[in-house]
Amino acid sequence: MLHMSGGIWIARDYLKCSGCRRCEIACSLHHEGEIWPESSRIRIFMLIPGLEVIHLCTQCPEYPCVKSCPSSALSIDEKTGAVIVDRGKCSGCGVCIKSCPGEIPHLHPGEGYVVICDLCGGDPQCVRICREGGWNALWITRKEFFKNTFKLYARKPEEMTMDLLFNLYGDMVEV
Amino acid sequence: MFGYNGKILDIDLTREKVEEVRVEEDVLKRFIGGRGLAVKILWDRLGNRWEEIDPLGLENIFLALAGPLTGYYPGARICISGKSPQSNGIVGSTVGGEFALELRCAGWDGVIVTGKASSPVYIFIKDEKVEIRDAGHVWGLDGKKTVLKINKEVRGELSRLWPTVGLWREPGLIYIGPAGENKVRIAAVMSKWTHAAGYGGYGAVMGSKNLKAIAVKGTKPLPPVADKSRVLELMDKVAKLSYANDEWRRWGTGYGGYSYGADTSSEPIRNWQEEWHDNVDYGVDKFERRIWVKRYWADYGCPTSCLKIAVVKSGPFKGAITDNPDYELQAYLGANLGVFKPEENAYISSAIDDLGLCGIQCGNILGFAGELYQRGILSRNDLNGLELNWGDSKAFTKLAEEIARRNGIGNILAEGTYRAALTIGKIKNVNLLSYAIQSKGIAVGAHGVRSGLDYPQQVSYACSVQGGDHTSIAGLPIDGPLWNTELSMIAADSGVVCAFNVWSLKILFEFINSVTGWSISRDQWYNEIALRILQIQRATLLLGGPDIYWNPLVDDDNPERFYEPLPSGPCRGKSLNRENVRKTVREYYEAVGWDEYGIPKSEILRRLNLEDVDKALDKVRRRIRGI
Repeated sequence: MLHMSGGIWIARDYLKCSGCRRCEIACSLHHEGEIWPESSRIRIFMLIPGLEVIHLCTQCPEYPCVKSCPSSALSIDEKTGAVIVDRGKCSGCGVCIKSCPGEIPHLHPGEGYVVICDLCGGDPQCVRICREGGWNALWITRKEFFKNTFKLYARKPEEMTMDLLFNLYGDMVEV
Repeated sequence: MFGYNGKILDIDLTREKVEEVRVEEDVLKRFIGGRGLAVKILWDRLGNRWEEIDPLGLENIFLALAGPLTGYYPGARICISGKSPQSNGIVGSTVGGEFALELRCAGWDGVIVTGKASSPVYIFIKDEKVEIRDAGHVWGLDGKKTVLKINKEVRGELSRLWPTVGLWREPGLIYIGPAGENKVRIAAVMSKWTHAAGYGGYGAVMGSKNLKAIAVKGTKPLPPVADKSRVLELMDKVAKLSYANDEWRRWGTGYGGYSYGADTSSEPIRNWQEEWHDNVDYGVDKFERRIWVKRYWADYGCPTSCLKIAVVKSGPFKGAITDNPDYELQAYLGANLGVFKPEENAYISSAIDDLGLCGIQCGNILGFAGELYQRGILSRNDLNGLELNWGDSKAFTKLAEEIARRNGIGNILAEGTYRAALTIGKIKNVNLLSYAIQSKGIAVGAHGVRSGLDYPQQVSYACSVQGGDHTSIAGLPIDGPLWNTELSMIAADSGVVCAFNVWSLKILFEFINSVTGWSISRDQWYNEIALRILQIQRATLLLGGPDIYWNPLVDDDNPERFYEPLPSGPCRGKSLNRENVRKTVREYYEAVGWDEYGIPKSEILRRLNLEDVDKALDKVRRRIRGI
């Protein structure tokens, strides 16, 4: 369990992500007790083979999702800064999804409430398994004064894919 | 029932009918899934007239089956099968990726495709929803474009149908390239640009059905297992073993291009005329520094991530994108063509991926053509104007394109090494089978047996029910390690799991039992379950047809070349001894219950409740034994 002033943040290195999705396995086992890829709070997109996009909440300082929720189903965890979903209150309207600059939240495929990374209360299981595997595509970092910088990572998978495409394949792949 | 969804999709493309097949637990207990279940389904549906079924005709069945371990055991794969257009028997050919996981999460354990669509189609599955969609706009496209187009289209469709749930990810996808469309017998079923189910030639079977791809998105959890806490422990155990044995993590099999030449003298060089080289420019460190842009690339759940993404960013071979290449393709699309440069090897591999060819089978036949050119048997005129000099990667790539498109000589080579050797031999009036490095229509994997230093043994390919398949090799004792006996590999292929994550057969069997709740013993596996699967595979291979029939007395043998002494390196002079091989073949027959003609004996078939197989084999007994 990590306690850091100003909360914690899951740092991500896209080029180190192998696409093994063991983070999704750890996430869904922790939250659902099952292996359930589409219920995972962290999701790896692979719109183009080899270009793995790590997609999970960045805890934007303005919390547009929390602000947008018409049912007051979203709140902020004081200790970690994570967005907490009140399943009972969530109507599954999808407004928070649209308010997120990366459209990161998604509805639980079984029960229809929105799922957002809760940082596992301060000990994120995705990070644990990624570190254990030695990929280090995910790790925990302090927030300090970088809040606005962290929020940049909330982008749509299409945009991040194009960035990675530019980096790895350049103009060799026509999209 | 634990570990299974218990249902398989059965899609008839001729009638455009989609049905659900339920598989009883007692059948699953005997055939598990993947390769084992494919064998059962194929035998039930086609067994009584196996020899008449044209693998590329209307009646063949295309199978993509997962197993009870798929998604749980680290490293998910799907097993592709059907009547093989290469061997005319059954091959279980597995390929990694997310397809199998998506299928399982959609509520299915597999897909059966029968008949033929009237025009090109692809199948789209989202949980219970199944749609046969027009593929006219992707027919003819190479692998890279096919994946991008279908990913985009399916995501668009998912968003249109379910717009409020958030962003949709790409589907799991298997597909064919132009080679499969043109029913080239060495066409693979592809996934993720670079992954191939190559052995067996099932890309051609998809092509013969006008089936370009199957895309699937599943939104459910994996089916529940019997002993969850034990399964989670075993998952962890396997992952830790993969981390500890780290050469595949570090290098993939990309160390092989140098190592299997320099260390073990077992690498195909210029159509196996040599198996040793000490070309340091072909070292894995060169690949790593020059072309790897991503060092760990994995399929679903895999702790090993043996794949590395290679990109050639400059120079005359610019534009190539592939994985590592792995050892098989370093050997077959490199050394076997006299090519020893990382970027040229990646260039050929990338082209073969795009065309949807099996890199092993294609490299084998390119090497065969190369040797015929070297010996003056094939001229530039014969070869569509190509000068097929060893090391000329562009010429060999061009010939691969001709094969995929069935142009000129490509149309003959598209039939695979064995059939091409017969056809060209007839035209040139010379026996060319001695240059065909294959077993029962299937090219031998890139692990030679002459030096005795690599893992396959003298009957590995000669007695395998999957011919030259280097992942399913025959060996004694028959209950030996995974990489020495088919009966063990059948467990991985039926599971369906990646053999590269199987560090212990004990764990694998415990995994099967913990997932399913059964208590299959080691004895039951080797004396009943796996042996039964093997006998049916053997029976279909011997029944063969309609174009080629095997005779074990002739065809249960190594390629002729393996009896020639190795000409170079520390193992110079080593070769196989014919009498020794024949003796071991007979010992192997005895061990698996085959008679001296290589035909499964009635007594063992009856013991395994395979009376119908025994009866069908009477035809083979008449043909081979004359009784």
